Amino acid sequence: MTQERQPQRQTARQIGAVSCHACHFLVMPDDPVVDHKYCPRCNSGIFSRKKNSINRTWALLVAAMILYIPANIFPIMTVVSFGKKTEDTIISGVLHLAGSGQWVIALVVFVASILVPIIKIISLTFLNASVQIKFRWRPKERAYLYRIIETIGRWSMVDIFMISILIGLVKLQAIATVEVGPGALAFAAVVILTMFAAMAFEPRLIWDQAEDSVHGRG
Amino acid sequence: MMVETHRACLECDMLHEITEMHSGEAGYCQRCGAVLFRSQKNSLDGALAFALTGLIFFFLANLFPLLEFEMQGNIQTNRLIDGSIEFFSAGYGLLGLVVLLSSVVAPMLILLFLVSILLPLKFHKKPFFPEAQIRLLVHLRPWAMAEIFVLGIIVAYVKLGDFADVSLGVSLFSFVFMVLATLLAYVTLDMKDLWYRLGELQKK
Ligand SMILES: [Zn+2]
Ligand SMILES: [Zn+2]
Repeated sequence: MTQERQPQRQTARQIGAVSCHACHFLVMPDDPVVDHKYCPRCNSGIFSRKKNSINRTWALLVAAMILYIPANIFPIMTVVSFGKKTEDTIISGVLHLAGSGQWVIALVVFVASILVPIIKIISLTFLNASVQIKFRWRPKERAYLYRIIETIGRWSMVDIFMISILIGLVKLQAIATVEVGPGALAFAAVVILTMFAAMAFEPRLIWDQAEDSVHGRG
Repeated sequence: MMVETHRACLECDMLHEITEMHSGEAGYCQRCGAVLFRSQKNSLDGALAFALTGLIFFFLANLFPLLEFEMQGNIQTNRLIDGSIEFFSAGYGLLGLVVLLSSVVAPMLILLFLVSILLPLKFHKKPFFPEAQIRLLVHLRPWAMAEIFVLGIIVAYVKLGDFADVSLGVSLFSFVFMVLATLLAYVTLDMKDLWYRLGELQKK
């Protein structure tokens, strides 16, 4: 990239431009379409920063934290085999896999179902708090953390899909059946709420504060 | 009009000039490291071919069983949509809806939108409401979880292997090929190229 033609690195916000979040088009301040609030190329609503992002992220995160408790306490599924009921929670499911010697799969499920949701909730709490108190510490590392969270969060759905396979397949009345437990609903809600929380978070705020401090504003 | 010369990073807002790049290269934000754009040669033809392939595999994945389960002489199979149906009949309609959307509807719509945008372009015709279709494509993407569904099948297979005979069905392989084709379509598709071609058609 040619550095010479941009002697001062600037952000879209600093020159009054807005970047379309859907198609990436850069709407310039002298563009007549700016008043319309829609992207001239793809028609999405355009905004410089997500509206009310800090509060929306908090609301979604708190809801996810509350549901995290029933998600882990209640069984996500019950296996009924020859009249014997075995209830599985998220954690006991991982333990059963490990107990039967399936170490690789146990590790994958442990990471996706236990580690990822916890890391995601803690990291988003930290990131959202950091932009709220206008923390200026290591913006690049925080941006990196956000990018990781956004990518890995969806993989926690693996347990829900596993249950959907089992209940669709194991339906032998007297011999073996699999039933859904309420924990599955709470767990899916946690995954979806944290996905929405990550989408509501505005990563550009991390950098806005670093800029504002350099220019003596804010 | 609408020629892109600059682009702001979607994650930190830093402005960058769009530069000519070789096929397969990506431009990264100099400040935060996010991907700004990727360049691909013949991206639209390649993406169309992959999307069509994916669509064929998607239909095959719906026709046959995913897994076959045998216990005490009883054989049972499941299709792609059976999990969602069982969630509904067990009173967990919300879960059924989530699974249906993320493992069937969203992956299918993504392939359908790709084909319905790229196929007319191939014949120099304007696609039907291309802007709306591209917007939906962008917003649907995080909710299409076919690749995670595949991992879910593997976990279910391992879990069942402990107490019954399980074998893989034809649909499982079709579904995996659909996931791969979709991934390749996304990797091949250069959005700059797509908008450029749509702009060319508008001028005529
Ligand atoms: Zn746009
Ligand atoms: Zn950036």
